[in-house]
Amino acid sequence: MADVQLPVAIVVATLRAATPLTLAGFGELVTERAGVLNLGVEGMMLVGAAFGFMATVASGSLLIGFLAAMIAGAALALVFGVLTLSLMANQVATGLALTIFGIGFSALVGVKFVGMPLGGLATALWPHLAAAPPLLQQFMLLDPVVWLALLLPFAVHRFIYRTRAGLVLRAVGESHDVAHALGYSVLRIRYLAVLFGGAMSGLAGAYLSLAYTPMWTENMVAGRGWIALALVVFSTWKPAWLALGALLFGLVTIAQFQAEALGVAIPPNLLAMLPYLATVGVLVLISRDATRLKLNAPAALGRPFHATA
Amino acid sequence: MVWLSPVLAALLSVIGVTLLFAALGRDPVEALATLFVTPLASIDGLTELGLKATPLLLCAIGIAIGVRADVWNIGAEGQFTLGAIVGSAVALGWGGGGHWWVILATLFAGIAGGMAWAAVPALLRTRFNAHEILTTLMLSYVAIQLLGYLVHGPWKDPEGYSFPQTRQFAPDAMLPLLLEGTRLHIGALFALAAVPLGSVLLGRTLVGFRIRTVGAAPAAARYAGFSRNATVWVCLLLSGGLAGLAGICEIAGGNGQLTPLISPGYGFAAIIVAFLGRLNPVGILFASLLMALLYLGGEGLQVSMQMPIAVTGTVQGMLLFFLLAADVLINYRVRLLPARRAGVVTDG
Repeated sequence: MADVQLPVAIVVATLRAATPLTLAGFGELVTERAGVLNLGVEGMMLVGAAFGFMATVASGSLLIGFLAAMIAGAALALVFGVLTLSLMANQVATGLALTIFGIGFSALVGVKFVGMPLGGLATALWPHLAAAPPLLQQFMLLDPVVWLALLLPFAVHRFIYRTRAGLVLRAVGESHDVAHALGYSVLRIRYLAVLFGGAMSGLAGAYLSLAYTPMWTENMVAGRGWIALALVVFSTWKPAWLALGALLFGLVTIAQFQAEALGVAIPPNLLAMLPYLATVGVLVLISRDATRLKLNAPAALGRPFHATA
Repeated sequence: MVWLSPVLAALLSVIGVTLLFAALGRDPVEALATLFVTPLASIDGLTELGLKATPLLLCAIGIAIGVRADVWNIGAEGQFTLGAIVGSAVALGWGGGGHWWVILATLFAGIAGGMAWAAVPALLRTRFNAHEILTTLMLSYVAIQLLGYLVHGPWKDPEGYSFPQTRQFAPDAMLPLLLEGTRLHIGALFALAAVPLGSVLLGRTLVGFRIRTVGAAPAAARYAGFSRNATVWVCLLLSGGLAGLAGICEIAGGNGQLTPLISPGYGFAAIIVAFLGRLNPVGILFASLLMALLYLGGEGLQVSMQMPIAVTGTVQGMLLFFLLAADVLINYRVRLLPARRAGVVTDG
């Protein structure tokens, strides 16, 4: 029994740590497949985390909390969309602005909620969680959002490669002029993709504040939004690789947990560096092959579209 | 025309802030006065303004020179931290002997620390094609953890009552003050000097010309034989060195010891400063003063109106949004007019 418990605990912890990366990563994957580079993932996740937490405290319902987080993330993404798609502002600068604004704004609106206790998703679903046998407890920790994150890669893969709408999305991302000439509304499709990305980032943030930790603190996303962005590059915009990358990073993120379980004493600050160093590592590995990156990147990524005819 | 949009953005931000305060149920007039006027009303406030503008100015000039070459160093926060760490190593190691060179060595170590931290993304970009936006940012998080490790672990002051902080710098490793009785130190002069130096570098030297060409017309730069990789190195080392200098000045001119939190996000705010100053060193000087005012005013709001310090970050982000939006309105006009004129010219 005891020898099963540790591996199970590590698998569960990995899946839970990978969930926010998967959600935000697939949101950004769809956005980038439409040819839009939104560097504001971190900001949208923070706003989602803050609004999700506040809505849950106000309404008493976690479902409303998650919905509010998705709306908040999408609202911030809409600002990004208006600036970059309608007003054709620089996508890199606007994305950075979104992150800086999101960090400040979430801290501002959430200031009264810092340190407030909240049961969290697992406890809400299983009131007897704490009393359950350890192994069962681990399975109870796999909440519906974790399952959603496990299903999302299949859904997005199917959407992108097996549906007509997915084909149109890819066409817009590869060559907006051709898609426009074929009669597709480039801006409408890009707006939808950006909004989907925002809603997923918001959900990812709310998962952190409502299920993973569960509490709200300033800047609690701690770079996960940027890691999700890096994972999209790492995946060369392919759903299967993104899912794998998110799981890999879930494993790296819980290194602290594993080290403790194995009885290794490494200062927590040094362990906390691991996900960031690993991100740099995978970026280097994947970027070395410039041709591969160029062949797989959506050809119109980051380029503004202005209808010429 | 390009100078109109920062002004427009600042005005729109004031309106935005007014609405924000009203939404938070605070008196907007009082809040605006605390934010923008009170800090400027005393000599103390003015020197504090200079103190806060110093790191912003140093970091932003480096960032701006990079963006001109399409090199995005958004990890100034990390280079700032490493500058503080490496500079502090020298100050703590050699300080206290009364040597005149200790402060110079400290400053140069700070610059070297920032450069070294920026050299990693430069190498990864030029050798392995890894984009510097993500690598510089990731290394910022690593730098902050490294600082946390040092002040909690090996560098912790044994007599510091178990607070996470290093020993105090000896007086000979501290930067001289500019004005007795205030906190304004000589680092402000370094920042001021960086303005004309940055302007000359960008506008009057071959290196600057290469930087601008690589950024504005990569194809032309390639035909002219300007090396893209060399430009990446120059931009990242330069901005890393400036951020490192800012970092060590902040410590050696301030508390004289490392703590887990040495910057309220100067390196990130400097990105906004760079854009607000139109990627031009002179403009950045004014933008850094405005941004420093936001930091000071934010602190004032916290003290006198019990508002969260995060007001500063919110207003900063808002400012950049409005700037980008205002820029576009201006770009549109610029774009439409030449098209018509060109038509007239070909007809004539």
